[in-house]
Amino acid sequence: MARITLDNLAHSYLPDPRGEDDYALKQLDHVWQDGEAYALLGASGCGKSTLLNIISGLLQPSRGRILFDDFDVTHAATAERNIAQVFQFPVVYDTMTVRQNLAFPLKNRGASASYIAQRVQTIAAMIGMESVLDRKARGLTADAKQKISLGRGMVREDVNALLFDEPLTVIDPHMKWELRTQLKSLHRDFGHTMIYVTHDQTEALTFADKVVVMHDGRVVQIGTPEDLFERPAHTFVGYFIGSPGMNVIPAKIEGARAYVNGAEIALERGYTALSGKVEIGVRPEFARLSATEGLPVRIRRVEDVGRHKIVRAEFFGHDINIVAAEDENIGSDKTRVAFDPARVNVYANDWLVEGSAA
Amino acid sequence: MQKTPNQKAWFLVLPVLVLVAFSAVIPLMTVVNYAVQDTFGNNRFFWAGLTWFDDLLASDRMWNALGRQVAFSAIILAIEIPLGIFVALNMPKRGVWASVCLVLMALPLLIPFNVVGTIWQIFGRVDIGLLGYALSAAGIDYNYTQDAVDAWITVVVMDVWHWTSLVALLAYAGLQSIPGAYYQAARIDQASRWAVFRYIELPKMAGVLMIAILLRFMDSFMIYTEPFVVTGGGPGNATTFLSIDLVKMAMGQFDLGPAGAFSLMYFLVILAVSWAFYTVMVNLDKREG
Repeated sequence: MARITLDNLAHSYLPDPRGEDDYALKQLDHVWQDGEAYALLGASGCGKSTLLNIISGLLQPSRGRILFDDFDVTHAATAERNIAQVFQFPVVYDTMTVRQNLAFPLKNRGASASYIAQRVQTIAAMIGMESVLDRKARGLTADAKQKISLGRGMVREDVNALLFDEPLTVIDPHMKWELRTQLKSLHRDFGHTMIYVTHDQTEALTFADKVVVMHDGRVVQIGTPEDLFERPAHTFVGYFIGSPGMNVIPAKIEGARAYVNGAEIALERGYTALSGKVEIGVRPEFARLSATEGLPVRIRRVEDVGRHKIVRAEFFGHDINIVAAEDENIGSDKTRVAFDPARVNVYANDWLVEGSAA
Repeated sequence: MQKTPNQKAWFLVLPVLVLVAFSAVIPLMTVVNYAVQDTFGNNRFFWAGLTWFDDLLASDRMWNALGRQVAFSAIILAIEIPLGIFVALNMPKRGVWASVCLVLMALPLLIPFNVVGTIWQIFGRVDIGLLGYALSAAGIDYNYTQDAVDAWITVVVMDVWHWTSLVALLAYAGLQSIPGAYYQAARIDQASRWAVFRYIELPKMAGVLMIAILLRFMDSFMIYTEPFVVTGGGPGNATTFLSIDLVKMAMGQFDLGPAGAFSLMYFLVILAVSWAFYTVMVNLDKREG
């Protein structure tokens, strides 16, 4: 197990990058703490696979260093890094049995037969595959194969980190949940440093202690699922996390008040004068319909998703979503929307602005 | 569901039946016809039963030709398959050189069989051929028209030159279909180069290699043109393979009965081996799935 430090890291696929736009991965400094489970979340093409490939050693970064504990591995080959990786599509050695698959990394490193036998047995128990140890890996289901690749990673006791590259892509929906739970409990029991790349927010939020959200080659926020939900550091985080995502509305800020088309919205904190693109962000969960309070809104559609209702509405020419309780009666008198002042975030040029207590 | 019997549907199969009859059954039946009859000329035939088959099974000539044929196929498979795999493993995976290599590899496959024969016939000649002359000049006693071993080497090298490309291209296609993640996983597992070949590349190539072996077996087992042009089956009968012997029997001696029986048994051997291959391949696929 190791702490992984990314120091001044950046990567471009172009041989001679000029502007910032040429970088697939923009400058990044981050420490992945030993033994924590991280999720790397972002849309396709945001640079998360680039980052993973740099950590696994498939790519050499254009700039910066990567350290495992205090040891610089920037130019070390994949094999020397002693990491494990589970890929998007199950990678198993088809012609080998499950047992041989699990033993393979140890055998290649010249471990003794008795040690291998004992380790394989332990790992098989961990991933719940003791009963199929002597079957050929070829005929197994996709989720069993993913477990084998995971087992092949964990069989080395000194493995520095386990990397997952969208490992549940080809798994049936009902097995996804089970595998994720299993992964989570393996992490709790054995404390490997895990980095899990995904574009699925549910996977990220349920798996990780800390979620690293990437957007456009940049890390926009690192935080607990709770942080991401309550205080998105970037409008992208607000939009990407949550279903539906955060409402982002252009506004003018004066002290502890925001104005949307001249209408006033109270804020909990005060702000100094902001320049550039100024917006307020409110999660649909923290907006509520009302007959008397708040600002005028025109309801377009109500979607009942069973657990709650999602109200699609128009607010001064902007689309907004409001989450209403399942038993809430949405009548024609509900013509106003009120926001919880403590939950209204202010963004300047897409980045969260911290206000001061008003 | 109610099914209405309509026997007229049989007419729809008729075109296929006619086509297959003309393309395969009727020509084959003429051979069967010759194989069970004898004639003393004047186009009058009489029933000979299985005489020709009995004679054939008792003839050293046929067994010798069959032995040479099996040996030839075995030798060229033993050379072309590993060599083809080796070439494919060393071809560039992408870029300009990948295309250049593919074109170069495909070239021998485009040359007509008798041209290949003619090329090697001249290439190997001691008086004017580059290869034959150079070998002689280097003091090596090489003459494919007189020495049986030299004739075999020439014919085998010619076939290897002509057909290794096919195996290489098929193996290359198999290699190209392996996702990069497998190689990366192998690196993470610290697999040796040999282990990567043994446990990743070879299993992934198994399907196309079976096709390559099948194609090369069938082609080499039926080989006629190239050895006929180079050695004419000689010296003596050293390179008289089954089809060369068959043509000698049917056209040279005009022994249509024995030649018919010969053809049928030749056909059955190829059919049996191909069937065996097919069964193995289907089973391989099943295990994949």
